[in-house]
Amino acid sequence: MNVTKRLLILLFPYRFWVAASFVAALFVMVLNLTIPQLIRLVIDRVILENQLDILNIIAAGVITVSIGKAIFTFVQRYSMEYVAQKVIFDVRNKLYRHLQQLSLGYLGKITTGQLMSRVTSDVETLRRFLDFGVIHFLQSFLTIIGILIVMFIMHPLLALVSLASIPFLTVTIWKFAREVKPAFSDIQHQVAQLSSVLQENITGIRLVQANTQEKGEAKKFHGQNKKLFDSNIFTAKIWSFYLPLMHFISGLGTALIFWYGGRLVISGQLLLGELIAFNSYLLLLVMPLRMLGWIISLIQRAVSSGERIFEILDSEPEIKDVPGAKDIGKAEGFIQFEQVSFGYDQGNMVLENINFQAEPGQVTALVGATGSGKSALVELIPRFYDPQKGKILLDGRNIKTITLESLRRNVGIVFQESFLFSASLAENIAYGKPDATEEEIIEAAKGAQIHEFIISLPQGYQTIIGERGLGLSGGQKQRISIARTLLIDPRIIILDDITSNIDTRTEFFIRKALKNLMKGKTVFIVAQRLSTLKNANQILVLDQGEIVEQGSHHELIRSGGRYAELYKMQLYGVEPTAS
Amino acid sequence: MDLHIPELADQEKPEKVNYRIIYRLLKHVWPYRGRIMAASAMMLIATITTLAGPYIIKVAIDSAILTSDYRQLNWLTFLLAVTFFLNWFSSYWQNYLMSWVGQRVIFNLRQSIFEKLQGLGFKFYDNRSTGEIMSRVINDIDALNEFITWGIVHIAGDLIVLVGIFVIMLSENVMLTALSLVTFPFFLLVSTFFRNRVIQAYREVRGKMAAVNSYLQENISGLKVVQSLAREEKNSEAFSLINHHNMKANVRAAGLFAVYLPVVEVVGALGMALLLWYGGREVIRGVIQIGTLYLFLDYLTRFYAPLRDLSQIYNNFQSAMAAGEKYFQIMDAKPNVEDAPGALRLPEIQGKVQFQGVTFAYEEAKNVLEDIQFTVEPGQTVALVGPTGAGKTTLISLLCRFYDSQKGSVVIDGHDLKEVKVNSLREQIGLALQDALLFSGTIKDNIRYGRPGADIREVEEAARRVYIHDFISSLPQGYDTPVRERGSNFSMGQRQLISFARTILRNPRIIILDEATSSVDTHTEVSIRKALKAITAGRTSFIIAHRLSTIRSADIILVMDRGRIVQEGTHRQLAEMPGLYRELLNVQIIDEDELFTDLLQPQEEAF
Repeated sequence: MNVTKRLLILLFPYRFWVAASFVAALFVMVLNLTIPQLIRLVIDRVILENQLDILNIIAAGVITVSIGKAIFTFVQRYSMEYVAQKVIFDVRNKLYRHLQQLSLGYLGKITTGQLMSRVTSDVETLRRFLDFGVIHFLQSFLTIIGILIVMFIMHPLLALVSLASIPFLTVTIWKFAREVKPAFSDIQHQVAQLSSVLQENITGIRLVQANTQEKGEAKKFHGQNKKLFDSNIFTAKIWSFYLPLMHFISGLGTALIFWYGGRLVISGQLLLGELIAFNSYLLLLVMPLRMLGWIISLIQRAVSSGERIFEILDSEPEIKDVPGAKDIGKAEGFIQFEQVSFGYDQGNMVLENINFQAEPGQVTALVGATGSGKSALVELIPRFYDPQKGKILLDGRNIKTITLESLRRNVGIVFQESFLFSASLAENIAYGKPDATEEEIIEAAKGAQIHEFIISLPQGYQTIIGERGLGLSGGQKQRISIARTLLIDPRIIILDDITSNIDTRTEFFIRKALKNLMKGKTVFIVAQRLSTLKNANQILVLDQGEIVEQGSHHELIRSGGRYAELYKMQLYGVEPTAS
Repeated sequence: MDLHIPELADQEKPEKVNYRIIYRLLKHVWPYRGRIMAASAMMLIATITTLAGPYIIKVAIDSAILTSDYRQLNWLTFLLAVTFFLNWFSSYWQNYLMSWVGQRVIFNLRQSIFEKLQGLGFKFYDNRSTGEIMSRVINDIDALNEFITWGIVHIAGDLIVLVGIFVIMLSENVMLTALSLVTFPFFLLVSTFFRNRVIQAYREVRGKMAAVNSYLQENISGLKVVQSLAREEKNSEAFSLINHHNMKANVRAAGLFAVYLPVVEVVGALGMALLLWYGGREVIRGVIQIGTLYLFLDYLTRFYAPLRDLSQIYNNFQSAMAAGEKYFQIMDAKPNVEDAPGALRLPEIQGKVQFQGVTFAYEEAKNVLEDIQFTVEPGQTVALVGPTGAGKTTLISLLCRFYDSQKGSVVIDGHDLKEVKVNSLREQIGLALQDALLFSGTIKDNIRYGRPGADIREVEEAARRVYIHDFISSLPQGYDTPVRERGSNFSMGQRQLISFARTILRNPRIIILDEATSSVDTHTEVSIRKALKAITAGRTSFIIAHRLSTIRSADIILVMDRGRIVQEGTHRQLAEMPGLYRELLNVQIIDEDELFTDLLQPQEEAF
């Protein structure tokens, strides 16, 4: 369906408000056109015909008209703004709700930044269109039509003469818009470039100074700074030229009116007041004409923003419950992979023909070089992705036939980068189980070895963390996220390379925390350091998406394959003689 | 129209205006006084021609149209067209020249603050976030532009328009002038009353909008966690609430704004009604002519815009002052490390390093290093070991003289670092930091970052020596492969090797490495170890070590705890005596075994 049409459909539930706004705009237009007529009456009737008695009425009329105009302007603006805000509110909610259902597969194709810009700046563009755009479009359009009608009724010939400048004005406005738009986006681009040069410099300032490259950096910045300067000047030239030019053209229009109209007045075919009213109308016409150019670009932008927004709203979540999916409640935790093949996109397989099983209470370790498919494998378990071939069973049931929610409630993941939310520590720990009691939260924190630290804080569990709150160290964050997982008490635990960013002392605590977490669960560990895996029940060695070796540490060492080789290399490094 | 009022909500206000700042800002404008004079002259012409238009029409009405003088009408029309043309010409030059000056000054201000920033020491950056500094250089300076470009010439222009109109009005008719001006106090009153409320309301909107955006930002980047914990429903509710607050704030602000504009217009219309009512009578009485009435009606509408601009000047001025103050705060900052008067160039370093009773604190009374004392002979490799916060990073920062110690001295080859030129020291030190930051550009540019003149052979040689050459040449674009933001297209291990190559290319006399804690895959790890060996050979080297293998091969191990060196010796010596080193060592060894044995045994109790 056409995007413009869909944008209009968004307005449909508020059609009465829109209609009210439209009617009010009509009144505003009519009242706007009345003022010059009142002035005309003062000149033609009161002054030239000496009808002093109607002067009071006209003065009162001016006041009445402007009060009426004020009221209708208010109604028009307020109702349209109200509609715009309502619509945007709905769109944001829908967008966010939908976004959360999308699978990581879809999200993987768009960066977080792009996604953010869709839900923020694209929605914002849409809002500007709905309020400013629609209001001014209505007003400009109605005003132009109204003025043309009035002028032609008053004096068709003079109307034609006074409109002579309009085509030139329109062309100028059009040319201006066409030139200034790329110029402005060029400025924005240059500002973005300057910011990124600057950001890089400031983030790396220690490196800059250590390498004594201050001068080189200043030169780099100078180049970009100069480009921004040039873009600014280029743009300044454009609008310094065109804006006064528009003024000039409409000025010529005025001159023409007085010249031709003046003759008409002298020859008695026109009254002086009518001439002055004509001039007022011409001036009233200029503003909406300028507005239209701006509004058209607003519409264009709104359409392309709308396209991007609808693209998200239209995308079907790739991963969703099949009809009749079952809520399995609490699972046992028996996992089987049967001939599973998977790729993030078709034809580029990341995992090939994976077969294995993991029992409750067992630790399964995944080992392999970067890109061997370890993370992809574990991400299939909570169905962040669906495999292209084969199936994964939980307690003998294909996970595709289990409701997503109940499946994911049974799987606890501790990610390599612990992600916490800007909220209190208690809320963060209870993130997966918002109705948890205080005792449960404290118990989870104790299990994760973070309770002591939390109660040492002045505000304890109510301490706000994150951007505007307390900053936590990597190890502390990790333990909070372990507490979070402990609290939901999943049957299956996935640890995605979690000890890699932690220093030795912290690691000790985390290991203790993990021990509490892993008790009796089906555990999957993705690891870089092989030394941590010695006691896993089974180790899967992956290479280019395939399981190349499988067994316990001792079995694998004894068989002398790839694992044994890697292990030796890591344990002794390049200097086996040193130990 | 007042469409820009909502934008005023973005402006900041300083606590109090410091007038010296204006003086300092104007000093930056002074070199361009010639252009400003020219622009002012153009502005004068533009103003005169603008005001002349209605006056010519007035004359045309009274002495051409009403007296049926065709010739006069032709002449006046021509004159009118000429004034419009002059207006175009002068407006163009006024705008162009002023924009040029404004942009030029901004350009200079940006360049000087950037260069200033390069020279500021670590202490400055320790206390500030990147975003904060960025907003100084980008946003605050933009706010100054507003002031320079429009503040100076516009204020003058507005004043001239107002005075001009006033003078012409007075010369025509005193009573009508008084009547025209009667509504202005109301105009000012009403617009001040509303404007502040509207600005306040839009500030509120901005706050609510920021809440919406940060909620989205956080939850989109944490989507994996959200989905894995099945929080979608709950989050949608939470978001809807934040979204709703935002909507309400918006509707409120828009409502206020929708009242504000019409009310101002009504005040304007009152003035017009008054003028028509009284002026009409005066014309009939023959005191004034119709053209004069027209002139007053026209000028009345031209009075409002400059008046409104002037009433906003204080706001603009305040926000420019706020920006200016922050700008000069940085410009006035003293680098925490500066060359002493008469500092000498450090001769080529042999590599003997001594710390003599060094005590250092980032903040008063909180010593991070205390009485550090040790000597390193040329060519030795020193491993710094100890828990987080022991002061290892601080120690090497002092060696590069990123900070100066409060007590004691750091001495290289007998030269106290405080007595030599900072650059001559840093040029001879190679520092590879833990985060292995890469800059945008190509791999080649990154490797030769510290020596931009190096040719490709030298770059390749450096890469080869740290075992990253094969990897780089295996890339389709080889050494010209572009590096994405912060090097995100390379793995941690690769970034580290590239930063090693960067260090070694400078052929520094002293090497300082902060070993990354994050694990890398086994092959890279082996490369890193070999590279480490290659670059520490024949140089005095300091390594903040996290890996046992690195520590083992060091000549001296300095074990640090809470700002002191608690143990010193070789691996063999230290491993044999009780102390922190052995404790640290044990943790590393234990963690490899203990976890799973403990874990697997008491399994039953879990059920």
